[in-house]
Amino acid sequence: MTRHPPRRILDYGPIAFPAAMLLLFFAVPFGLMIAVSFFQRIEGGFYEPAFVWSNYARFLSVFFGRVLSFSMMLAAGVAVLSVTLAFPFTFLLTRLRRRAQVVWLVFLLSVLSLSEVIIGFAWATLFSANAGISNLLVMVGLLDAPTSLSPSLGAVLTGIVYQAFPYTVLVLYPALSRLDPTLTEAARTLGASPLNSFFTVVVPALRNTVVATLIMVFVFALGSYLLPQLLGRPQHWTLSVLITDQALFQANMPFAAAMAVFLVLVSLALVGLSLLVGKKENAS
Amino acid sequence: MDKKSSIGSLSLSRRTVLAGGAAVAGLMAAPNIVRAAETLKVGVYGGYFKDSFDKHIFPDFTKATGIAIESVAEPTGDAWLVQLEQAARANQAPADVSMIAQVGMLKGIASKLWTPLDLAKIPNAAAILPHLVNKYPDGKVAGLGAVSWYITLVSNTKTFPEAPASWAALWDPKLKDQLGLMALVSNSFLLEVTAATFFGGTKHLDTEAGQLDCFKKLSELKPNVKLWYRDEAQFESALKAGEVPMGEYYHDVTGLAVADGHPVRSTFPKEGGINDSGSWAVSRASKKAELAHTFINYMCQPQIQALLSRKVGTAPTIDRKLTDLTDKEFAGVSSDIAPIVPRYDLYQTKADWLNQKWTELIVG
Repeated sequence: MTRHPPRRILDYGPIAFPAAMLLLFFAVPFGLMIAVSFFQRIEGGFYEPAFVWSNYARFLSVFFGRVLSFSMMLAAGVAVLSVTLAFPFTFLLTRLRRRAQVVWLVFLLSVLSLSEVIIGFAWATLFSANAGISNLLVMVGLLDAPTSLSPSLGAVLTGIVYQAFPYTVLVLYPALSRLDPTLTEAARTLGASPLNSFFTVVVPALRNTVVATLIMVFVFALGSYLLPQLLGRPQHWTLSVLITDQALFQANMPFAAAMAVFLVLVSLALVGLSLLVGKKENAS
Repeated sequence: MDKKSSIGSLSLSRRTVLAGGAAVAGLMAAPNIVRAAETLKVGVYGGYFKDSFDKHIFPDFTKATGIAIESVAEPTGDAWLVQLEQAARANQAPADVSMIAQVGMLKGIASKLWTPLDLAKIPNAAAILPHLVNKYPDGKVAGLGAVSWYITLVSNTKTFPEAPASWAALWDPKLKDQLGLMALVSNSFLLEVTAATFFGGTKHLDTEAGQLDCFKKLSELKPNVKLWYRDEAQFESALKAGEVPMGEYYHDVTGLAVADGHPVRSTFPKEGGINDSGSWAVSRASKKAELAHTFINYMCQPQIQALLSRKVGTAPTIDRKLTDLTDKEFAGVSSDIAPIVPRYDLYQTKADWLNQKWTELIVG
């Protein structure tokens, strides 16, 4: 069967439904959010329709700049950690027998069904001085007295990486399981060690997948707002936490919307930039 | 084509017939449902609060009036207010009557969210303490005091054998990384606590210079804070475990934890506990204002106020002399020490400035 590029309006038929859904459930709400971000805040009340820039002006300050850059760094850290952990894991997973793979994937999917609140409280308990893992370290003799490891940056990172790990594996899995095994076999017959062939053959062959996964995890982590609150100190709160504060607790929808729009624009720009860099590298 | 032949032209399957039968049965049952639908949706704080109301208060109300109550768990803070306002804009009422904290009442008044209450239909409202009657600028009543509660100094009795006597204990340099405080300026009321403890009273917050004094004093306490919490359950479990052994928390809920045998205590500091209260208010989108008036009138009765103190642990919103509460029962929910009353007006007129300063203080 040959495929022609769509020529008539009718040829676009099959994508009409997903396109309409995307418009209805993504473009329209996003448009509403942009509209609200220009509304006039009424202090001590709610907001009224208007076209003002003051919500964006309030955001452009050193303070929010710092919070934004922290959020980006945290998300980038989570992305790198998750992919670093998940890539070798998924590679080894695809080498297992079919049955074992299914068991692992079902297990990972079940982790996805845990709510963020449960994950947060569970890690807070694991990091506590009374019942946490530091007690194990004391038993082994590595620590003198149990200490509490949360709230801290490490706790926040652990929580979000734990949450992002199953997603990362599920995104990497199709590409890694389709990877032609003869590539590594060829490398091995030419004398490369397993580790060497992994880094010189497998990783470069899947560079685009890795970049796409990094971006996906980055965006996923950027929206995290519960775990930084439960496991972090105020300096570890992401911009999403402050957006929640404004929207839910200060009833300041316009400012919350302006921050959210800014966050979306900055992350889109970053994603675009990384794709552009990737393209240039591929070309050279 | 007439109706008959149109039905005849359809190929009726067994399933269609069954479905049609079920639909008819459903329609016939409907009048009963409509008659039982004298239901009032009441929003109360989710968790322990709602459970207590469902168990001890609402069933008696239904018995007395024939009005069924569907209780709705509402979040604390302004989150519920935002939901009510958004819904009212779409002419929806997620709850007809809600218990709303004082800052929320003011915000709702500013956006005319509350249906003005007709006091002629609420004779029991006369007993409500005057400062717990929320009014529109034109004098119409927007809300009536439902319950009153205290935020006090709480501590773990294992970590601290001696109860702290003053809010100043929060500033003790020995308490590095030991405190749990609320994360928002408008629910922690720490500006008021600072003003009352170090600057002779909340009047000091009248001016911006006074507010800045308090922010400056508060920044000294930052190294002592381990947990700035939004989620009450998080602090409560950390307090019981001794993970975060001191902080500010609700007197009523702490009393319940004590009753359950946990090593915690609630202390009214010598500067007074923070006295906050919730009011009953009716969303303008509610179509059940009549039932709502009946409900509020019922809740204002002295014996119900006493029942609330005994079963829910809240302080009455009427003069305690009108109730049959014993001294011991009253001491369990309140204190004779003059309370710190939050400066609700500030969270109305300077909301954004205070919020910005506060966020910079604790995040920066």
